[in-house]
Amino acid sequence: MIAEIGHFALILALVVALAQAVLPQWGAWSRDQAWMAAAMPAAYAQFLLVAVAFAALMQAFVASDFSLEVVAANSHSAKPLVYKISGVWGNHEGSLLLWTLILAAFGAMVAAFGINLPASLKARVLSVQAFIGAGFLSFIIFTSNPFSRLDPAPADGNGLNPLLQDLGLAFHPPILYLGYVGLSVSFSFAVAALIEGRVDAAWARWVRPWTLAAWAFLTLGIALGSYWAYYELGWGGWWFWDPVENASFMPWLAATALLHCAAVAEKRDALKSWTVLLAILAFSLSLLGTFLVRSGVLNSVHAFASDPTRGVFVLLFLAIVVGGSLSLYAFRAPVLKGGGLFAPISREGGLILNNLLLTTACGTVLLGTLYPLILDALTGQKVSVGPPYFNATFVPLMTPLVIAVAIGPLLPWKRADLGAALGRLKAALAFAVVVTGLAWWWLADGPVLALLGVALSAWLGAGAVTDLAGRIKLFRSPPAASLARARGLPRSAYGTFLAHLGVALTILGITVSEAWQQEHQSIMVPGDRVEISGRAFTFVDARDAQGANFSALIGTFTVTRDGAPVTVMQPEKRQYSHPPMETTEAAIHATFARDLYAVIGEADGKGGYAVRLYVKPMIGWIWLGALIMALGGALSLSDRRLRVGVPVRRRAPMQPAE
Amino acid sequence: MTETEHPAETESTAAAGAGRSRRLFFSLLPLAAAIVVGIFLFRGLSLDPRNIPSALIDKPVPNFKLAALPDRPPGLAAGDLKGDVALVNVFASWCVACRAEHPLLMDLKRRGVVALHGLNYKDRPGDALEWLGRHGDPYARVGADRDGRVGIDFGVYGVPETFIIDKNGTIVEKIIGPINETILKEKLLPLIAELNR
Repeated sequence: MIAEIGHFALILALVVALAQAVLPQWGAWSRDQAWMAAAMPAAYAQFLLVAVAFAALMQAFVASDFSLEVVAANSHSAKPLVYKISGVWGNHEGSLLLWTLILAAFGAMVAAFGINLPASLKARVLSVQAFIGAGFLSFIIFTSNPFSRLDPAPADGNGLNPLLQDLGLAFHPPILYLGYVGLSVSFSFAVAALIEGRVDAAWARWVRPWTLAAWAFLTLGIALGSYWAYYELGWGGWWFWDPVENASFMPWLAATALLHCAAVAEKRDALKSWTVLLAILAFSLSLLGTFLVRSGVLNSVHAFASDPTRGVFVLLFLAIVVGGSLSLYAFRAPVLKGGGLFAPISREGGLILNNLLLTTACGTVLLGTLYPLILDALTGQKVSVGPPYFNATFVPLMTPLVIAVAIGPLLPWKRADLGAALGRLKAALAFAVVVTGLAWWWLADGPVLALLGVALSAWLGAGAVTDLAGRIKLFRSPPAASLARARGLPRSAYGTFLAHLGVALTILGITVSEAWQQEHQSIMVPGDRVEISGRAFTFVDARDAQGANFSALIGTFTVTRDGAPVTVMQPEKRQYSHPPMETTEAAIHATFARDLYAVIGEADGKGGYAVRLYVKPMIGWIWLGALIMALGGALSLSDRRLRVGVPVRRRAPMQPAE
Repeated sequence: MTETEHPAETESTAAAGAGRSRRLFFSLLPLAAAIVVGIFLFRGLSLDPRNIPSALIDKPVPNFKLAALPDRPPGLAAGDLKGDVALVNVFASWCVACRAEHPLLMDLKRRGVVALHGLNYKDRPGDALEWLGRHGDPYARVGADRDGRVGIDFGVYGVPETFIIDKNGTIVEKIIGPINETILKEKLLPLIAELNR
């Protein structure tokens, strides 16, 4: 009964979405206030209806209602409650419903927060948003209905893929979807602006907070996913350039470019058509990711059960959304007039360089991801594109970008003196040289590329500090004055600082952990001892244990350093029964300086076990950096300049109340 | 005066015209790119990446001869795969999944039931040697396929991949992806035992 209510709510939501897509657009066209205003209640209603459907599905999962096909296929009565809940989005149908729920929620938020948007722009934004929602709702209803019944209902379900029975992964999809779907708002704003034929500084200011929020969630989501791969897949790796990872990384690159470009559009009224294009591309890449994951056209470890009809549907939808918006762009972009002029060496110029490099990087990832498909289609050859391609193309693109990121924020708008900016970075350069020298001296056996990575991150980190110090006139004015300036500095300045610092930390983590990790792989019998970079790992024993819905082999290792105990590590190998599947649960002992990482594998039948042990210096900084980047985004988002609708000078005597 | 002004005027309108067509070109470019990608995606729907052509199964191994890794003789050639049941394992130092299956290959070597050879795929010889030094070297022979040329003849789809070859040098079976305990015990070892009979 509850499932039927959910199904009914879903169908109603589609009807509402269709009305919301058509009526306000027509209203904006004919300047009819009433029809334009219809967009808002429709957006609320659509959100409410999808939320009802989602709640109904969640109830079915929690109550283990196996008469529903999705529940029977993806849940099991013996599963812990939290995984019953996360099981809602651990499958194709439910994850689409979550996607649609977030889409509708963003629509409702635009309706609620966009108080000072011009009526026609708001109507058009909500209409575009509803159009996307209608597409997803019909996708769900016609090809992937989560409320399909099974008759007779099975006694118990198949269970959720054990790899997904993990806390990190329980929250990974919702956060990632907040990022993907958040980009839909930027997209809707871009398309609405193209229809209106007007892009101005105010438009850019409205787009920025949405992009910023989406970007911060995307950053967090990707970091969570990569951390999950690190501890759950048990290979010690954290990024595999898998098509699904790339599917989330491409929108991130595009959103990063968009974020910077929108700043130019807002502050200088320039690069407007480029901003619009990036907004379209960022969301298109989100949709492309959905297509790649769900259609089965590419091989991936993450792929959902694929179904050709679904593929055709998503592709058709992709063609309408991407093809339609890009046609509109081709038709309208020449009309958008460029605004402020600027010299090549200027803040604007720096941001253009940032955009060029980021979009090129995005393009190379796209090419590498689609290459197997393209080659198969053209020649019938099957290949896989591995990390060598991505590493070879990505590093050369990121190097100049990172160098420029330190300089860019020091350049003033319009026209800048590169020499003066570089002069201010002398200390940063000296710092980078010293740090690199120290790294070289300490760890003489490191590859040259690793020194480059260390140099780049030191340069970028010091550059970010230089920028912040300059803004508060640190050491150039009395401490009290600096403190006052620091307090008066807009939060977005701290946001920029944190985001850039986060990038530096992530690069450092990647470089150091890749270049200086130590590892040991062998068959060990209890009592064996190995020494890895100064730490002695003793294999104590391996025993069998029973978990809630799995049986496990647990190995115990004690780690000592110079005789002093460091930790006891207990990696597991689990055998799940529903569905039958093996997983490795690596044991990780993490500190700021290094992670100890232990994996236990097969028994060799003679009392030994395949064991892998790693010491990974500074690997945690990869995710710490990502967290700081997202924090920077959040801080920037809380900047009051983004919350008020009209440009107001800070601390101006007449300030509108918020 | 008008004579001098006139040509300048047409020049500027020509420049404006060129500017306009350049703008049009750039604004159409994203759409054109999206259409090309879309065509490939559509084509991709009717292709199955998991359907690996088994054209080589029950065929003799392709004719090839690969040099050894430096200071790690011997190399690998088609002739070496006749006479005994053999496995050819495609591996690379940059391949994470190869490390996952590596202990099982070491295990297989200890069992001594089959000649295990390595095809080092698109790898730098130095990296490959260091990798073998670090994780153990289970292979009797290793051929260095630096540019992946022989990999193409074998129809290598991804790394790792393992070919099972009978005494006559015919490819009997191919395993895509890392070997795990189940594949080893339930597929590989029985097949080797059968071929050795």
